[in-house]
Amino acid sequence: MKILVCISNVPDTTSKINFIDENSAFDNQGITYIINPNDEFGLTRAIWLQQKEGAIITVATVGEASCEAILRKCLAIGADQAIRIDTTPKDGYHVATQLAAYAEKESFDLIITGRESIDYNGGMVGGMLATFLKIPYLANCIHFEKEDETIHLQREIDGGKEILKGNLPLVIGAQKGLVEEKDLIIPNMRGIMQARQKPLDVLAPVEARQSSLIKSYEKPPAKGPVKLVDANNIDQLIDLLQNEANAL
Amino acid sequence: MSILVYIETQESEIKKSSLEVASYGRAIADAKGTSLIAVCFGLQDTSLLSQYGVDKVFNISTANDIHFNAERYSNTLVQIATKETADFIIVSSSANGRFLGPITAAKYEATYFSNVIGLPLSYEPVEVKRSCFTNKAFNHSISKNNKIVLSLSSNSFGVYEKPSEAIQTSIEHVESSSTLEVISIEKSTDKVSIADADIVVSGGRGLKGPENWYLIENLASVLGAATACSKPVSDLGWRPHSEHVGQTGKPVASNLYIAVGVSGAIQHLAGINSSKIKVVINNDPEAPFFKAADYGIVGDAFEVIPELTSKLKALKEA
Ligand SMILES: Cc1cc2nc3c(=O)[nH]c(=O)nc-3n(C[C@H](O)[C@H](O)[C@H](O)COP(=O)(O)OP(=O)(O)OC[C@H]3O[C@@H](n4cnc5c(N)ncnc54)[C@H](O)[C@@H]3O)c2cc1C
Repeated sequence: MKILVCISNVPDTTSKINFIDENSAFDNQGITYIINPNDEFGLTRAIWLQQKEGAIITVATVGEASCEAILRKCLAIGADQAIRIDTTPKDGYHVATQLAAYAEKESFDLIITGRESIDYNGGMVGGMLATFLKIPYLANCIHFEKEDETIHLQREIDGGKEILKGNLPLVIGAQKGLVEEKDLIIPNMRGIMQARQKPLDVLAPVEARQSSLIKSYEKPPAKGPVKLVDANNIDQLIDLLQNEANAL
Repeated sequence: MSILVYIETQESEIKKSSLEVASYGRAIADAKGTSLIAVCFGLQDTSLLSQYGVDKVFNISTANDIHFNAERYSNTLVQIATKETADFIIVSSSANGRFLGPITAAKYEATYFSNVIGLPLSYEPVEVKRSCFTNKAFNHSISKNNKIVLSLSSNSFGVYEKPSEAIQTSIEHVESSSTLEVISIEKSTDKVSIADADIVVSGGRGLKGPENWYLIENLASVLGAATACSKPVSDLGWRPHSEHVGQTGKPVASNLYIAVGVSGAIQHLAGINSSKIKVVINNDPEAPFFKAADYGIVGDAFEVIPELTSKLKALKEA
């Protein structure tokens, strides 16, 4: 089985989000980058398939050379090879187009993307990539089991889950549930050493347009101070929620 | 020209988030002087759509397949959008809406915007405000294309009635070539889901253990609220993952969010920040949640919550 896991390089979840150049660009001063958490759940699931079925895992990212650190981490976790498509990601459409151009030539059996990235929250790369490749897509995938040629899947939906079956090739949108938090793999020394020897290839981007452009950013308005209510005066809280906040 | 809205049903009824989408579509149609077309699948009674400004309804039979099918639904939307020369296709931020959005956009060669807050800021070119960095910020995005698919952030516009006369139409059954087949649906509870809820009651590690969750459930049940939890609570297996909210869990955009025994870590707050009113109950006055909340009680959840629940119950019964 050939698996592609698409990896996004995102600011660590504790990052303070600030903007520069008159709010037209993200300020990456002091920001540590990590593997997008949803992608990491997907990568971990791929590693299990590799252990059970002997899959070959390629991780790919669209981005500049600074993204190579997280690709090396993916290799240390257990991916077999890494691809960096050398261009600045412009929007989800642009990223999906680049990945599709690469994946088209490789005929992967399974392509895993994160449900969404935690920076731009576009939530579109998986669905668009699948559509470009004419392969079915399953969003919010929380279960993937291969039994002979049949794939058993689950999708998280509002208020429950959907149980499905299908066949490869497939594109899935990974999130927590596909594997658990405790299953995430912390690279060991051996993994880190091996990662240095594994191939990390840089590919030239294809000609692709972007479908949108970010004009500016803004931060949520500063919050007023909290109104504290005494623990012995619950009636006051109810009154405030009912009459001041109109929330009950 | 026209505006297309995808109206989602649940047990043959229109979901509230879809009424918001219809109201929103109406406002865009008015701004552009065009008509509003609703596309729904297996809706029993379409008359409600005439209260929300819909001019035309395509109600597609689900006799052959009762389950949501992203491939077939997106093909249907694109077929109708092409026929009606739609310049906007609008979906809600439900799980199905977000599933359909990007696929539909790729097929329709449209720009896709997710998490859109309120009406477009301009139409030529289309510019929207959307949330990013998991609600830690917003961006203003401009489309380079005049066909748009967007998913509207819940509760960012509102539901408004506007009488209209929705003409019924239908189209041929559109096939799906997808190899994916839905076998069944498992509902996690009979309660309202986090995505659909007006009020969410959330518990953190401060509740000490799963056996104390009756406090959260009782309060939620009095309020008709959904229940949620912090990440460690779901990682510890105290609550199902479907209740985990925050940056790596579900986003919450409810009208009221009540956090009990949740410290308010940056990753938790990121996911719940777009809720309108936030209330925190925590025995530590230094808990970071107090900086993000509108109302707070410094107190022991085991004392405050039962009293709050019984007082609200008395109020609702009065
Ligand atoms: C990559 C990453 C992603 C993450 N994503 C998320 C996410 O999506 N969602 C999320 O929630 N977290 C997330 N976290 C975890 C986050 O950093 C916090 O650890 C977590 O939110 C804390 O959960 P908590 O508030 O339930 O527990 P704690 O931080 O332990 O807080 C418990 C609170 O309960 C209070 N308390 C104790 N007893 C009582 C009592 N009797 N009455 C009232 N209050 C009481 C305490 O004062 C304390 O403030 C993430 C972390 C990382 C590293």
